[in-house]
Amino acid sequence: MIGLLGVMCLVFLLIHLIPGDPVEVMLGESAQPTDKETLRHALGLDLPLYQQWWIYFKGLLHLDFGTSLFSGRAIGDLLIERIPATLYLSLVSLLVAITVALPLGLLAAVRQHTPLDYGAMGFALVGMSIPNFWMGPLLILVGALWLGWFPVSGQEGWNSVVLPALTLGTAMAAILARMIRSSVLEILGEDYMRTAQAKGLSATRAVMLHALPNSLLPILTLLGLQLGGLLGGAVITETVFAWPGLGLLMIEAIQQRDYPVVQAAVLCISVTYIVVNLLTDLLYAWLDPRIQFKTD
Amino acid sequence: MRLWLPLSIIGLWALMAILSPILPLTPDAIDLTNILSRPNLEHWLGFDELGRPVADRLISGARTSFFVALFVVLLGVSLGGILGVSSAYLSGWVDVVFVRVVDIMLAFPGLLLAIALAGALGPGIGNVILALGIVGWVGYARLARGQVLALKQADHVVAAQAIGAPPWRIILRHLLPLITAPLIVEASFGVASAIIAEAGLSFLGLGVQPPTASWGSMIRDGTRYMLVAPHLVVFPGLTLMAVVLAANMLGDWLRDRMDVKNQNSRRVF
Repeated sequence: MIGLLGVMCLVFLLIHLIPGDPVEVMLGESAQPTDKETLRHALGLDLPLYQQWWIYFKGLLHLDFGTSLFSGRAIGDLLIERIPATLYLSLVSLLVAITVALPLGLLAAVRQHTPLDYGAMGFALVGMSIPNFWMGPLLILVGALWLGWFPVSGQEGWNSVVLPALTLGTAMAAILARMIRSSVLEILGEDYMRTAQAKGLSATRAVMLHALPNSLLPILTLLGLQLGGLLGGAVITETVFAWPGLGLLMIEAIQQRDYPVVQAAVLCISVTYIVVNLLTDLLYAWLDPRIQFKTD
Repeated sequence: MRLWLPLSIIGLWALMAILSPILPLTPDAIDLTNILSRPNLEHWLGFDELGRPVADRLISGARTSFFVALFVVLLGVSLGGILGVSSAYLSGWVDVVFVRVVDIMLAFPGLLLAIALAGALGPGIGNVILALGIVGWVGYARLARGQVLALKQADHVVAAQAIGAPPWRIILRHLLPLITAPLIVEASFGVASAIIAEAGLSFLGLGVQPPTASWGSMIRDGTRYMLVAPHLVVFPGLTLMAVVLAANMLGDWLRDRMDVKNQNSRRVF
């Protein structure tokens, strides 16, 4: 809760303490001073900072995010319009990442110090180093312009999610594969793995039944943290593909100097991140009864 | 792992970044007869949509990248290091406040905060450094705090306290030298993520402003002409990837070499 409150205050301060006057942007530099004053008053921007904060805070408690300076629409509606697209893209990317990273990381760990391991980790290192604002355009060039299999941008038809999800998914898969490898390697050194081998369990069964379930726990936590990176990276990927999600909304709002919308979008993405991490922690404790939360 | 490859890539580009003002480059020279022309023998990397040579712009873009990365990492390590070490050493309410602030900062996805900050501060190289620095110090601070907490009860520190050494002396002589290794490892990953983050902000139009060259803005401008001139997107991207890959490899090597335990380093990207 304190985290949420802190995030809210930080976002508010960030937007309000920064130089730049939204009134001037809205009316243009040649506006009459009296017009400026009228608008400033109408928007409540002439009040002292703590009163503005209080109004903002009261609004948030009613899930009222204010209105967009640019379109005049309620920001809550804008957010609701954009959230499904981002959620959809994130989930598909997560699926891509897990599908690629799990076999890759597992194989690399089981066949440690073989060409397979080096190949997989080399791939992961390269994947980690490709920025998604380069990966995206390259995929558009090959998949949309040359081959013509997928739409260039936007959200039209079932296959428009493929290229943005690949862009986000590979970057995440690279980091995930490295984590899975080190996590599985750690488990492979445990005593019970030797026991499994000693009692004649086949290597495949030992890995699938003993190593994998036990190494999934640390991976799960990292997955939660990774989702934050995914949400941040989604801002750029959505811009590349003109994907109508929260990230694109935020960039559009920054370009239009629509501060209340920027504020709401940042808040919305950050809160999602906090909630996902909280859920991961709870899931973690549920899956591993040895972990207890101290209540002091 | 072979070290010469990442070292030579980074060394080469760093050298070009340093030398770019005295090299005979014309990154802003417009040649209208060569608009969007493809790479040829005379001009290896071709020309962009305004008829500017891509090779020259890449080299002067290296200056932007390395300049930003250097200052972001320096800012992060010094600010984060000082805050983290003092907080852990002083403990008490200072530490409580510090942990709260770090928790709140970590509650944001890093890149998102950087984009919002850069968007609010407005474009420009100074603001990019500021935005990435504000986001970046947290990782170093948390790392430094954790290290010092583990070291605080070490015999040599207790002994120094017993003979009446002042806190600043204990921090400088007995704690800092022992935590530099993990900080250096973290910093080399920090260089990689700062370079990507700067390019990302410039890609979004929130970084350095034209006509100053940045790899990120070169990619952005190039995407509009991708079908006729793919070289405008391919070359800056390849360069960016090579440098970031080299920095990541260097970080991996340092981590193995210095035997630093696997940390949850917080990557901006």
